[in-house]
Amino acid sequence: MSKVMVLVGTRKGCFVLESDGDRRDWEVKGPFCEGWPIYHVIYDHDTNAIYAAAASEWHGATVWKSADLGETWTQSSEGLGYGDDGMKMSKVSSLAAAHGRLLAGAEQAGIFESQDAGATWKLLTSLEHPAAKDWNDPEKQPPGHLGVSAITPHPGDGPEHFWAIVQGYSLFETSDDGETWTPRNEGLRADWPREYDDIGFCVHKVVIAPTDLNRMYQQNHCGMHRSDDGGQSWTEITEGLPSDFGFAAAVHPHDKDTFYVVPVDPGHARTMHDGKASVWRTRDAGSSWQRLHEGLPQQDAYLGVLRHGMTNDRLDSPGLYFGTTTGQVFGSVDEGETWNELAGYLPAIASVEVAVVE
Amino acid sequence: MADVYLPSTLPPLFPGLPRRLELDASSVDEAIRQLDQRWPGMRDRLVEGGPAIRPHIHVYVDQERAGLNTALEPRSRVDVIAAISGG
Repeated sequence: MSKVMVLVGTRKGCFVLESDGDRRDWEVKGPFCEGWPIYHVIYDHDTNAIYAAAASEWHGATVWKSADLGETWTQSSEGLGYGDDGMKMSKVSSLAAAHGRLLAGAEQAGIFESQDAGATWKLLTSLEHPAAKDWNDPEKQPPGHLGVSAITPHPGDGPEHFWAIVQGYSLFETSDDGETWTPRNEGLRADWPREYDDIGFCVHKVVIAPTDLNRMYQQNHCGMHRSDDGGQSWTEITEGLPSDFGFAAAVHPHDKDTFYVVPVDPGHARTMHDGKASVWRTRDAGSSWQRLHEGLPQQDAYLGVLRHGMTNDRLDSPGLYFGTTTGQVFGSVDEGETWNELAGYLPAIASVEVAVVE
Repeated sequence: MADVYLPSTLPPLFPGLPRRLELDASSVDEAIRQLDQRWPGMRDRLVEGGPAIRPHIHVYVDQERAGLNTALEPRSRVDVIAAISGG
């Protein structure tokens, strides 16, 4: 019977929530990674290993690895830096595994690759663009909000084709393994003056529909958006939602028109609206939205969900999961109609990913 | 030999690393490089680009705040501290 593992990155280590294919009863394992702040945890189906992007205020940035589904962990940052005279490496923000290699997005902005399952790393690209001097300038973006916040490999193409988000600036696409980058922001909205024609858009999260690789969705600082041409252009689909702001997003694994977001207060709070925990779903590619809340707290529930904080598995009846900045993990196995709390008292959650292991 | 004391946050990262050990080194930098030879990756846990000791790692040599270039005497005591770093 398959084992379902929800991988949770928190302010105080990595946790693994385990269940069987029914996903009714969950066991919480952890904390792992010696309690280091963890920004993104992923599962690599090629090697059956778990990787956790980390940064300690004491000991710097590293990537933790477990080759035995969380039982034991090691870490390595060999090559994961810009050298004594280079940019500052303050954290590893995001990870991706595809085509037998690992990619790590870093702050300050760069993408590192590992061809040996996380033992060593080397800089793949620092995303050359005239604006790089700006997006790496702490005077223009506060520390902790710089860098490559997400890497999305193309699910159908070779390793040279992937997208990267430079936080606060742009979604970029490369088709030559990072040699050149094309901004993919056509149709997006920015509610502020922009210094460059093609960038200056605050992309929070991008997901690709597994059933149609041209169908993409994104949660932006300014609205939810859909693309029907593989990210070359975007159409805003915010209407019907309580705000245009949020971080997390997930697309249904079997239905390209079903997409989930978690709108939050766009000001300082960045918590769910009116103290009522909600996930919002469209079944028609953004033409209409439904508020999903059964089983979620509906009073005094000021929950936040960050950009890596929601995901889904790909089982026949897919599970949908999200983790909050107040340490709860919620899951649904009926497409968001009803929810259960899988864990209630974890540290602040930065990321939630899921793996189904046979 | 310098008498080196390490913080509790390091042994979980490097199997076999003791909290206290003796090193024959002429500077803090050399001591850290010796540690890195025996436990690869150690230097990156203590030193950032520059190079400089990481901001929240404090090194004291004979109770005086030290940097990478601080000299060690044959009987120096070196304390490596994971400084208070938030909740």
